[in-house]
Amino acid sequence: MISRLRRLPRLPLPSWSWRITWVYLTLMLFLPLGGMLLKAFHVGPADFWQIATSPEALATYKISFGLALIASVINGVFGLVIAWALIRCRFPGQRLLDTLIDLPFALPTAVAGLALTAVYSEEGWLGKPIHELFGIKVAFTSLGVAVAMVFISLPFVVRTVEPVLRSLDMEQEEASWCLGASQTQTFFRVILPQLLPAILSGVAQGYSRAVGEYGSVVMISSNVPFKDLITPTLIVQKLEEYDLPAATVVGSVMLLFSLVSLVVINRIQIWGQRYQGAEAA
Amino acid sequence: MTFVTPPLEDVQPPKWVKPTFTMRLQKLGPVLIVLLACLYVGVVILLPAIAVVVQAFAKGLAPFLENFQSEELMSALRLTLLDAAIVVPANCIFGLAAATAIARRKFRGKALLLSVIDLPFSISPVVVGLMLVLLYSPTNGLFAGIINSLGWKIIFSTPGIILATIIVTFPFMAREVIPLLEEEGWDQEEAAKTLGANDWQVFWKVTLPSVRWAALYGLILTTARALGEFGAVSVVSGNIRGQTQTLPLFVEDAYKQYNTELAFGAATILGGVAIVSLLMKMLVERMLEHDRTTRGAEDS
Repeated sequence: MISRLRRLPRLPLPSWSWRITWVYLTLMLFLPLGGMLLKAFHVGPADFWQIATSPEALATYKISFGLALIASVINGVFGLVIAWALIRCRFPGQRLLDTLIDLPFALPTAVAGLALTAVYSEEGWLGKPIHELFGIKVAFTSLGVAVAMVFISLPFVVRTVEPVLRSLDMEQEEASWCLGASQTQTFFRVILPQLLPAILSGVAQGYSRAVGEYGSVVMISSNVPFKDLITPTLIVQKLEEYDLPAATVVGSVMLLFSLVSLVVINRIQIWGQRYQGAEAA
Repeated sequence: MTFVTPPLEDVQPPKWVKPTFTMRLQKLGPVLIVLLACLYVGVVILLPAIAVVVQAFAKGLAPFLENFQSEELMSALRLTLLDAAIVVPANCIFGLAAATAIARRKFRGKALLLSVIDLPFSISPVVVGLMLVLLYSPTNGLFAGIINSLGWKIIFSTPGIILATIIVTFPFMAREVIPLLEEEGWDQEEAAKTLGANDWQVFWKVTLPSVRWAALYGLILTTARALGEFGAVSVVSGNIRGQTQTLPLFVEDAYKQYNTELAFGAATILGGVAIVSLLMKMLVERMLEHDRTTRGAEDS
């Protein structure tokens, strides 16, 4: 396949498609990115560092990055359970479950925020019993923010683990049982190592999404600084105060995080492919 | 022809063996996993989704329909549809162009370019909005001079909303179509070319039909996201009621103004769109799968 492509010196490509791609990418992506970098440079390194590490900003990083980590780890565990149920078990309502998993992708984030606030507020279906039983408020606290993050990052792990789990041979597990391993040993020594790249990749994607999430979190949080204010909301607040430099700086920090997480996710995926390739060979 | 080994029969101990505790636990395992999965999805996803519908129809159908008489809701709905009507075709053209340009070429930095196209997915929507403000803001944007001299209004108006939505949704199409084109190879286009078709004819009669389901899939995802985008749009729109408010912004604003019924009514519309898009996605997925299996059969 590859050799044949190489033999053709000039593919009959419509050249306009190449031009459209670059013009579009330049206007829609490179220009805004460059503009923001330029504005960030204008701030100056000393001021940049001061704004980026101001107590207010640090508090939001702690909430955004910390809660997103908790949410994505929870989803790492339950995502595996759900993927297992979808691939390895047969039960009524399986298709419905499969469809529901995608709902957080399809549902507009504002609607998700409204729905979660309705359910977890003190009057809500879950908020009321939780408040009465444990005396904990969920909506309008950092716990609510975590719940919203769990909601929006749920599909990632399920969807990355599913194809890998499907391609796993039952024969390996049978071999492991035949060699005298218990079920737990088989799971931890045979199955889990093969699923690990997929799980990690899903967790990283979910984490990245949860950190950047705005719509659903802004509705379920009370947006009080140092309590449950997330970084994206801080950017919006700075913009509303016409404090453009501060918004630019905090925005650049988030952009840097997205770029790093993109690279990390890429690495994990390459690692996973190598693992699969080695296994096939 | 592939040789399929029949699955081993479930090896069961004879009936007279008294099941030990661990054996019972092992039998319960799958049941527990399924229960846990259903419970988790039920609490995290299903319950909130039902809550929206229940709240919207709490007082019956008539008050729900009355929501549509709200001028602000209707103007938000109109703006959202206009936004989608511009964004979706623009992104389709880009997605198909990028796919045909990138998928079958081999060049240095191809993987990098693909990551760059995916970039909007990993950037926070708020940051996307911020970037646009920094470029086009009439007071201190980079292009403030040009925009003001031309008399354009981008931020806090419809063009800004459209730009923000385009950036957030443009990767979907390319992302769905590129893998399919890569998998498929170049033979058919080559044949069409040698038979005397020009570039347009090759694209419309060979390339596009071969990726039609993937393209439709991308189209559905783009539309759903374009209709529901909140973060990026909220930063650039200025959120002026009845003017620059899209439906998702309206949901949040109405809720904050304690206009609960309107908020849940608008949320139900958006939720309905989401569910329709999910169902269509399922159908298209099945068609894609079908195409793939028939193609596999032809190959072998």
